[in-house]
Amino acid sequence: MKKIDTLKAGQEFFLSGTIYTARDQAHKRLVEAVKSGKRLPIELEGAIIYYCGPTQTPKGKIIGSCGPTTSSRMDTFAPLLLAKGLKAMIGKGARSKEVKEAIRKYKGVYFVTYAGCGALLSKYVKKVEVAAYRDLGPEAILKLEVKDFPLIVAIDAKGGNIYG
Amino acid sequence: MRRIEAAKITKAVTELVRKASFFLRSDVLSALRKSYTAEKNIQAKKILRAILDNAAYARKQKLAICQDTGFPVVFIEIGQDVTIHGDLKTAINKGVGEGYKKYYLRDSIVNDPLNRGKSKFSVCIIHMNIVKGSKVKLTILPKGFGCENKSQLKMFKPTASIKEIKDFIVQVVKDAGPDACPPYVIGVGIGGSADYAGILAKKALLRKISSRNSKLEKDLLRQINQTGIGPMGLGGSNTALAVHVQTYPTHIAGLPVSVNISCHALRSASITL
Repeated sequence: MKKIDTLKAGQEFFLSGTIYTARDQAHKRLVEAVKSGKRLPIELEGAIIYYCGPTQTPKGKIIGSCGPTTSSRMDTFAPLLLAKGLKAMIGKGARSKEVKEAIRKYKGVYFVTYAGCGALLSKYVKKVEVAAYRDLGPEAILKLEVKDFPLIVAIDAKGGNIYG
Repeated sequence: MRRIEAAKITKAVTELVRKASFFLRSDVLSALRKSYTAEKNIQAKKILRAILDNAAYARKQKLAICQDTGFPVVFIEIGQDVTIHGDLKTAINKGVGEGYKKYYLRDSIVNDPLNRGKSKFSVCIIHMNIVKGSKVKLTILPKGFGCENKSQLKMFKPTASIKEIKDFIVQVVKDAGPDACPPYVIGVGIGGSADYAGILAKKALLRKISSRNSKLEKDLLRQINQTGIGPMGLGGSNTALAVHVQTYPTHIAGLPVSVNISCHALRSASITL
């Protein structure tokens, strides 16, 4: 994770380790939990969140198609999660001024990955388990073990931003 | 009168779900290959390569091209000399639901748009048309919602200039920016009413990408590619693969223009029964 702090916008990065999927409804719940002082179902300190809701898992496969969803829909939730220890986000597309500012303030990073390439990205997922909110179906929080997951640094901790 | 069993419709729709979800349209593939060859920006080229590799991997592994397996839109053209034995709408929705389940796609549809709740595989959106003859043509367009979210409608004055209309269409693409998975295919509906322009724009996405385009379409494609948004929004000369415009008569008081953006994973499949 230390390596993440030195990343610069535009750089390629291959991630190996644990990431959590979370999208709209999971973010809504996480933020509600933080605001009401409830215990979170995942440890946010140092966590990496992947904006993704995979397809069902075909028989004999580890995961189905699992590409990124549009990050900007999570913009209203991200600053609070960054304040609570979230280290990195993976998604697609641009972020708001507030998110950029929070990334700089809390020394986080925002990655993008190959958008619309969910089949290809499934190759880099080695293990999957449901971590929380199973009732959300495709929007449940999954714990993924990934190996060499291809990323591009989109916004770095120093304010560098590939989207300008 | 020709008689078609509703069960046959269900089976056909299930098969269309498979075809559309696993196999990228050949015209879209050709357009992507052409873009890959023409692209000079190294990063953009790399992204286009990944998009092509993804299509090949999806086909080989029987995996959905994109995890957003879309909001299925079904267009059905029913010959006036055909009777359907059974409930047609139920048959179509059943075919979609069964296909999405059978092929391990994503249950992305919530019944209640306000209170959301548990997502499901069905229902779909159905556009029905009565045509001449005794055939039934079914088309499915599983529309990803990242790009659907970026679609827009504008009701112009009837005296608006072509330039104003072009500027609006290009601005819709700029507003989408990197978010909706460029290179895009842009469907434009001009004329009709507010609702019908939207349907025209969506139908425009069904047209095969080819080199046969109107001057307006060529102009728009050139202007859109000059924005430099590029694949994944990281720069390059390929922001859109095609612009398709469909028109319809309209009222003397108005000029509706609807823009429906598709991501590069433009999926659809058809069958005629």
